[in-house]
Amino acid sequence: MMLIHHDEPAMAAADQKQLWQDYAAFNEALSKATGASSGERLEPAKSATTVRTAGEKTDVLDGPYADTKEQFAGYFVIDVPTLEEAVAWAKRCPSSRFGSIEIRPLHVPQAGSWK
Amino acid sequence: MTRNEAVRTAERVARESYGRLVAFLAARTRDVAGAEDALSEAFASALRMWPTDGVPDNPDAWLLTVARRRQTDALRRRQTRSTGEEHLQLMAEEIEDAARSAAEIPDRRLALMFACAHPTIERGMRAPLILQTILGLTAIDIAAAFLIPPATMGQRLVRAKMRIKDAGIPFTVPEKEELPERLDAVLDAIYAAYTKGWNEVGDAAPELADEAIWLGRLLVSLMPSEPEAKGMLALMLYAEARRRARRDIDGAYVPLDRQDTAVWDPEMLRSAEQLLRQASAGGPSGRYQLEAAIQSAHTARRMTGADTWPAILALYTHLERLTHSPVVTLNRAVALAETDGPEAAVALLDTLAPDKRMEDYQPYWAARGHLLARLGRKDEAYAALTLAIGLSTDGAVRHYLQGRIGQLADG
Repeated sequence: MMLIHHDEPAMAAADQKQLWQDYAAFNEALSKATGASSGERLEPAKSATTVRTAGEKTDVLDGPYADTKEQFAGYFVIDVPTLEEAVAWAKRCPSSRFGSIEIRPLHVPQAGSWK
Repeated sequence: MTRNEAVRTAERVARESYGRLVAFLAARTRDVAGAEDALSEAFASALRMWPTDGVPDNPDAWLLTVARRRQTDALRRRQTRSTGEEHLQLMAEEIEDAARSAAEIPDRRLALMFACAHPTIERGMRAPLILQTILGLTAIDIAAAFLIPPATMGQRLVRAKMRIKDAGIPFTVPEKEELPERLDAVLDAIYAAYTKGWNEVGDAAPELADEAIWLGRLLVSLMPSEPEAKGMLALMLYAEARRRARRDIDGAYVPLDRQDTAVWDPEMLRSAEQLLRQASAGGPSGRYQLEAAIQSAHTARRMTGADTWPAILALYTHLERLTHSPVVTLNRAVALAETDGPEAAVALLDTLAPDKRMEDYQPYWAARGHLLARLGRKDEAYAALTLAIGLSTDGAVRHYLQGRIGQLADG
């Protein structure tokens, strides 16, 4: 799983037409090479609502859970055998130029491990 | 002497002697990690002592003596008296002798390179291992160049060194019948380091290219009669000579045919030509000599205006028979477009289409897009160029390809 974190002001300052053309080209190349993959893009972090329950008390707050420069912006899932290939795709992804892409393997439950 | 001067001397010595001292210390024990540890302690002592005591006349001998002490201490801690003492004594004496006459520390770097590129070492780790053991690059630097997390690179280097020790990989230059294949592995590892440095335009990369060329020169000096080593060094120099011409002053990508040949480095080209001539005189043509000859033909084409495309095509045909590599077929197709026209070239590319490796190979889609555009097959050209853009990691190349798509719409 590729977790995309954007520096939203930097992203907003980029040439939008070019950016989304690049993204379309990236998606074409990705699906051609690795097959269909799932992914979602999120609305900017200011639209976020954060819910946290501690004991009996639940807080519902406006805004993202952490006030950091780079905010979670979306994800895509790719199926590749090695970390090197995942890094190669992350490097091609236009989002890597406007923030960071965190690569994490999907958890594969061991049979019977949570009985 | 100031502290800075001592640091600089230590760094210079490190650069020139690191690999020689690691190779020498590890040759008997096969314990590369142990040799590196002992040597890094010796360098640390040097940085402590040289600023006050002055730099010794023979820094190599000084470092070797200190490292030898550390190494025998470490060995003594590990080995039992009955099995180890005699061997240990011999080894200590040998190193002691060498340290006394350190002007002639036996150069075992070649043997170390062959150990690092041994068939039982994972292919992808051979170049990082050579960069670390011969040049003393840190795992962090190597990781940055190879786009791998530093901790992962560190672990893999440690594992590879363990393997040299545990599998008893010999520190020797292979015998004649085994040599060609084993030498290929060494050449491939050095060239892999170079292509990392060539393809990336980032900060870490040009340094890596310089390191690879340095290793290439070292290899040629250690194996002066080996034509393929010269061929590979020539190939790297042809590419390196053109490095600056690949971008214009605005940072835009410039393809080979539009490069300003006045920006090419004439010194490197001369030296590449000379190496290639020596290599061709020296024996049968291998992969690197052929690739260098192709670069020589491209250089002649651009410098003199002569049509060397037929020669380039012939060289690629020869290379294809030798390597059976789809990348060579791709390059042959590009040459074929210049001799027989784009239709023949696209037909050749079609034979590569079923190859899974081409699906995320950017140069394949870029070449395909350019050739289809020349044939006026606009929709297909657009699709191929779009994939090439999606697969590019270099902004300048993306921009160039976007311009090409723009021309499709205009023309």
